Amino acid sequence: MSAVEIPFAEARSGPSRRTFIKGVIATGAAVSSSNYLFRTPGALSASTVVRSTLPRMLTLNVNGQTRSVDVLPQETLAMTLRYKLGLTGTKLGCDRAECGACTVMIDGVTHYACSVLTQTVRDRQVTTIEGLESADGTLHPVQQAVIAEGGFQCAFCAPGFIMSMVALVNENPDPTREEAAQALSGNLCRCGDYDKILNSAMRAAEFSRRMA
Amino acid sequence: MALIGQDIAPPDLVAKVTGRAKYAEDFRAEGMVFAKLLLSPMPHARVRSVDATRALAMPGVLGILRASELPQADAPGETPLTDEPKYVGEPILALAAVDETTAANAIEAIEIDLEPLPFVIDPLASLAPGGPDARLDGNAMVFGENGRELKSIKWTAADFDSLEDGRLPMGEPTDEWEHGDLDAGFAAADVIVEDTIVHQSLTHHPMETRSSMAYWQNGKCHLFASTQSAGRTHGAIANQLDLDPDDLVFVAQYCGGGFGSKIAGAPIYQVTALLAKKIQKPVMMRINRYEEGYIGRGRPGFQSWVKMGLKNDGKITAIDLYIVQDHGPYGRSGDYITAGAVTDLMYQPGAMRFRGITIYTNTPPRAAQRGPGGAQIVAMLEPVLDKAARELGIDRFDIRMTNAPDSDSEFGQNRDKTTGTFVREAMVAGAERFDWAGKSQLSGQRNGTKVTGVGIGVSPYVGGSSGFDGLLLIRPDGKLNIHQGIGNLGTHSMADTGRAAADALEMAWEDCNVIWGDSSQHLPHSSVQAGSQTAHAHTRANHAAGLDLKQKLQEIAAATMGGSAAAYRVSAGRISGPGGSMSFARAAERAIEMGGKYSGEELPEDINATTTRSGTALAGQGVMGVAKDNFSHEGGTWSWVVGFAVVELDVETGDVVLKEYLGATDCGTVLHPRSLGAQIAGGSIQGFGQARSQKWVFDPKWGVPFAHRLYTARPPGILDVPLHMDWVAAEIPDPENPVGVKGIGEPPVGAGAAAITSAIADALGGKCLCRTPLTTDVILAELEGRPQPAQLTEIHI
Repeated sequence: MSAVEIPFAEARSGPSRRTFIKGVIATGAAVSSSNYLFRTPGALSASTVVRSTLPRMLTLNVNGQTRSVDVLPQETLAMTLRYKLGLTGTKLGCDRAECGACTVMIDGVTHYACSVLTQTVRDRQVTTIEGLESADGTLHPVQQAVIAEGGFQCAFCAPGFIMSMVALVNENPDPTREEAAQALSGNLCRCGDYDKILNSAMRAAEFSRRMA
Repeated sequence: MALIGQDIAPPDLVAKVTGRAKYAEDFRAEGMVFAKLLLSPMPHARVRSVDATRALAMPGVLGILRASELPQADAPGETPLTDEPKYVGEPILALAAVDETTAANAIEAIEIDLEPLPFVIDPLASLAPGGPDARLDGNAMVFGENGRELKSIKWTAADFDSLEDGRLPMGEPTDEWEHGDLDAGFAAADVIVEDTIVHQSLTHHPMETRSSMAYWQNGKCHLFASTQSAGRTHGAIANQLDLDPDDLVFVAQYCGGGFGSKIAGAPIYQVTALLAKKIQKPVMMRINRYEEGYIGRGRPGFQSWVKMGLKNDGKITAIDLYIVQDHGPYGRSGDYITAGAVTDLMYQPGAMRFRGITIYTNTPPRAAQRGPGGAQIVAMLEPVLDKAARELGIDRFDIRMTNAPDSDSEFGQNRDKTTGTFVREAMVAGAERFDWAGKSQLSGQRNGTKVTGVGIGVSPYVGGSSGFDGLLLIRPDGKLNIHQGIGNLGTHSMADTGRAAADALEMAWEDCNVIWGDSSQHLPHSSVQAGSQTAHAHTRANHAAGLDLKQKLQEIAAATMGGSAAAYRVSAGRISGPGGSMSFARAAERAIEMGGKYSGEELPEDINATTTRSGTALAGQGVMGVAKDNFSHEGGTWSWVVGFAVVELDVETGDVVLKEYLGATDCGTVLHPRSLGAQIAGGSIQGFGQARSQKWVFDPKWGVPFAHRLYTARPPGILDVPLHMDWVAAEIPDPENPVGVKGIGEPPVGAGAAAITSAIADALGGKCLCRTPLTTDVILAELEGRPQPAQLTEIHI
């Protein structure tokens, strides 16, 4: 039960598997097959198995807000968002870069939050699904497009897909359907709602162009 | 204009696109701690001893829960923790700690002594003389004179002689039925085709795993869990925990997919609830993808043999079908039985014999998976029918039309009838829109290394139940509150079936609230959110409650303004007639004054106790519509999807690309067009994964699974499917549903899978490889004339 399990799939333009593992090793944490773990700092700070020279109190910029948070060296961004910052819109579907449900943007680039160590996003801008709405509650054009197209079924994958759609329309405001599919290929939908998801992406590009 | 038939986004979509929708793992409670499971490393073992002293002494560890502390299920039922694990990954105990890392470290510190027991992963190995049984009490459950009993069944060595020719061994079955004269049917046949076919087991793998959180407060258990059905899970879990339903607050507003694996929740939720009770703290049990691969259920695999006889005109004279089902270690799965009925319904043979047996194995537990039994058998048999069509020189569409049933057809052991079958109409509509006549000419066309294959797959499945309750309430704000006890796993039926109530009152959808997913919100008795039941069952139930509410509104208007109730028209939020007009809001106020049946203080006697409890809680707040669905329901409700596919098979790499796909359906009146299209496409895509990529692999020596994550048993991604997926509906109302709707969740899976197995066989010149999934290595072995990687009758290899 203690073998090191190496994820095969990698985050697009995210940290490579190598840098992820090196990051973990450098901070001295044990990689366990009991993956997908979450540790509450404070509760057991005296007996923490991790010894590290990294500071634990970090200042993170999430959705335009500066948040101070106590982060352990081996903690993934998905865990920090979900269990420290109350941002449960970012979903964990596999925790090993296989499904994309945890996709967020870091400095405008999509990453799998399950495969990013929170310690590596200091001084960077993190955007989650909760950060897409305007301050006045107006939905982002991508969110409006999904509603217009009735996109998604169970929608557990939706936050991840929507973040990938935002990155798509930012980078390529006039994509072909095939380009949209390529851009969304790092996200998995088990309901198989790909047709409506592509309709939503194309509509999102249209909405974004209109607003530009 | 009626709401039924329109594209209306479900009311929960804003929550879904903003991240505000709360799935089970998104709930938090003050002082919440975490649980982890100790999973069996062996496929079958007995726990000799557990020493948790070291673990319990670790700082932050709060307690463990053992199997003996749970209510024990009767064999062959499953208790979610066990001291006799029957598959690798089966939970033995649960441990709670202040955080997950501590819990996981403590699990590692538990000293456990396991005694290995005999195990088996292949049903045929268990049936062989002297073969091991997966359970200590046998390898099969049979229905004898004393009801059901567990037995150890072994076939004779002679039964296995057929393996020499790669033919399924067929010993004594436990289930058998026959209609017509089988021998005469085969004697009259001009062509006979025969094949041994293997279908894999596969995990459901919904995006959301079966996580749950529970706490106890003032003697009540509050449980937040991922489940398909809301109301029916509430009842099931209250029963499992031996709680009065009022003492269980169950919240399940969103479900990240289930596909049959979470019909009434999951057994593991008992562990969360009881662990929380034991340590008196809120407990979060997050199930990770590994654990989901073990405890997340799977579709039963089949090892089967079929013989089909046909006349020169393509009419099927006889079918002889034998299925050996791989059952996993628990319960009783009827997939193989359903497969027999589906075969008889779709092919209408002059005579048919079905034989089958289901055998326990030390592999993960099985459950219904979307189109259970049907999805397997159509994917297996459609390429066999194609082979016969090729031999007879008959077009593959025509041979299906020749054999397809109509509304008068009978099928199965009991010669059942359907409420109405319009698959021919769906086939004709599909063939036209797909251009079957043109596309089928592409069959075998070669372009460089690529060969085109064209396939067709006909897939029926049960499409609805009846007899449930509807519960509606208009308070003095004039809005229609539609209380729904069904679940919310993305089919949108929790919203869409409410349209039947709104239409009965000619009410705008903006003036309707759908209330669902929280047992404290007073929900009516409902069908399970499974088996394509809800679109049918709850359009009926809501129609019944809508008519009841309309009648009450008319009576209130007549009592208030004079004249006869029948003279009042109910529309757009007003009741108008000879005495004038009043708003629904005013009628709600009047109902509160009038009391009795109008405000729910008197309830119908035939409604379920759950609905009575909810109706009583809501009484006196406005005008209530509440009724049981007592509409006629003669015959079985069956829906159909016919898949049409074009693939390109690369003869050098063995790769298959799906170029085009269309699903044509007979599912009655179209309730929500865009959502129907999504069910057809999405279900078909699950079928593509079944046909092509999702498999189980076990080490036969140690019984350890290798393919239990998403990347090792890969479901289709967005690049694996065509950029556009098309659909068409016959749009013929079901004669037995007053609003005409039938369910649609199940049949597309088989249609998608069968269209692919049929198209790949077509690209291979009519060669049925007779196994799924048709992975690249299987196709390459065929192309290169090498033996297949596994024997035809080996499963999970």
